[in-house]
Amino acid sequence: MGVLQYVAKRLGQYFAVLFVGLTITFLIPRLLPTNPIDGYIGQIQARANGALSGNDIALLRANLEELYGLKGDVLTQYLSFLKRVIFQFDFGPSFTYYPQPVSQIVFTALPYTIGLLMVSTLIAWFLGNVVGLVAGYFHTKRAASILEVVGIMLYPIPYYILAVTVILVLSYLIPIFPLAPSFPVGQMTLQKAGMIIYNSLLPAITLILAGFGWNILSMKALAVATTEEPYVTYSRLKGATNWTRMTGYVFRNAMLPQVTALALSLGTVFSGALLTEMLFSYPGIGLILRTAASSADYNVLYGAITISIIAVATAGLVIDLIYPLLDPRIRHR
Amino acid sequence: MSSTIATDSVPTKPDEAEGWHSGLGWLLNPRLALGLLIIAVMGIGSFVLPIFCPIDPSIQATYLKNMPPSWEHLLGTNALGQDIFWFLVFAIRNSLMLGILVGVGVTIIATAIGLSAGYVGGNYERVVMLVVDTFITIPLLPILIILGGIIRGNNSFLMVGVIITFFGWAFGARTIRSMALTLREREFINMARFSGASTFDILRREIFPYVTAYILVAFINTVLFAINTEATLAVIGLSKVEVPTLGSIIFWALNYNALFNGNYVWIVAPIIATVTLFLGLFLSSTGFNAAFANKRGVL
Repeated sequence: MGVLQYVAKRLGQYFAVLFVGLTITFLIPRLLPTNPIDGYIGQIQARANGALSGNDIALLRANLEELYGLKGDVLTQYLSFLKRVIFQFDFGPSFTYYPQPVSQIVFTALPYTIGLLMVSTLIAWFLGNVVGLVAGYFHTKRAASILEVVGIMLYPIPYYILAVTVILVLSYLIPIFPLAPSFPVGQMTLQKAGMIIYNSLLPAITLILAGFGWNILSMKALAVATTEEPYVTYSRLKGATNWTRMTGYVFRNAMLPQVTALALSLGTVFSGALLTEMLFSYPGIGLILRTAASSADYNVLYGAITISIIAVATAGLVIDLIYPLLDPRIRHR
Repeated sequence: MSSTIATDSVPTKPDEAEGWHSGLGWLLNPRLALGLLIIAVMGIGSFVLPIFCPIDPSIQATYLKNMPPSWEHLLGTNALGQDIFWFLVFAIRNSLMLGILVGVGVTIIATAIGLSAGYVGGNYERVVMLVVDTFITIPLLPILIILGGIIRGNNSFLMVGVIITFFGWAFGARTIRSMALTLREREFINMARFSGASTFDILRREIFPYVTAYILVAFINTVLFAINTEATLAVIGLSKVEVPTLGSIIFWALNYNALFNGNYVWIVAPIIATVTLFLGLFLSSTGFNAAFANKRGVL
């Protein structure tokens, strides 16, 4: 019963978050003083050296409004927006790569982002928590505070600094990795997969370093507090070894808030991954967002932002649904 | 943003706090002292030095391009003919100003919303928390990119701050609400209510003093977050990149291939400055946290 209630509540929250998120995406361009169609017409006008007459512009505007779903009053627009996004994932064609549909562009890039993000987040979470656990469990030893200093030094460094530093060190000073990464397209072969992994290593290192520091600090604080719990003392008196106590007693309990924290911080981690992709020209959602933003390709922008919201909300949901497997208290309530 | 999770549960060490009852001595711990020192040096330096600056460093082609460091140009000049040292000083000042402005705005909004949601409860709380959770879950960067893309060209530096404030209040509101939630059940709150105090009075006189310590820590974290967010936007060219900030300096350095041309100072100097400043802010925030935890343990 407890689990069912938990799942139902979490699912309800998931749909609410999606709904609010999509509504914000819908409202942003409509609340702003400038309108994408004006910008687009301006671009065409500039290309045509001002040869368009007022009549042409009115025709073009009506055409574009129909094409991009900006026709009718706000409520009609909103309903058709939700219908198109939820049931068809249709954002219309891209401005820049007309008439290639946005959904195609976004779905080509999505596996890259998810792959990079999943691997680096898992490694960062695991490594950071192991180091934090050791630092927290042995917090009375001097060597442990050195581990904590690593976390303190790493945590406040923003993603873009890490990325630039990694490029500086591993591509210029010690040229192990290529400056301009190349990602092969087309049919996947073993060799191509190897190239993709090799070229993904630099952004992955950046993301791992970024997630590492926070996990150390957080886990260390939790482990220190858990080590002082009576049941850990009891296990020591029972004769459990250091290793059993550290893994089975302290880590088992301290990891639960860490899982919750991971679900909560996904939005930030995702934003960081997007930025990292831009700086490394990694062909994920982030790079699409950047090129779309600089060429004012609004349809692609909305497609990428919507898929970002859906991806982050879904990942959070998955983590929260795994949670009852890790925390027996929810299962047996 | 989320550093409070890391530090909230640090247990107090009574032996450290002993004998520091008088004055503000209890506030001092090595971490806080180092953090405040870094902020003070960089803050005062970046606000005072511009008085002596010979020329506005954001003007291009003032000097010869790519000059090496010398006494006249402490860090040399960049490929745009700007003095790197002065550009950096102005960048630190502008970033700090933006951070403090956003910090003040976010703290006020987060405190008001968090306190009221935690204390009033009911449907009001449910709706507010749904919005807060959504704002936390939604990845901020794509929204900022879309806004930056749409209003680029006619946005001012201040507008960037307003946008960051609008999207940055949720995390603080969540934490303050959970604090207000536990306070609501305390005896002295009931006492005040039975004495006929209004909801606003209870929030202001009884609950607010309890969360001030946290608010200070949250303020510093927000400054960090704001500087970081603006710099992130600037690095990808979606902020007001003509204004010197810690992000725009890296944007120009990357755009003019500072690494490729061997002008390492251009890119290494802002990296060192940013890391130092962020370390200072982070040490102060965790230092304050530890100090307040110690104080609670002593009293």
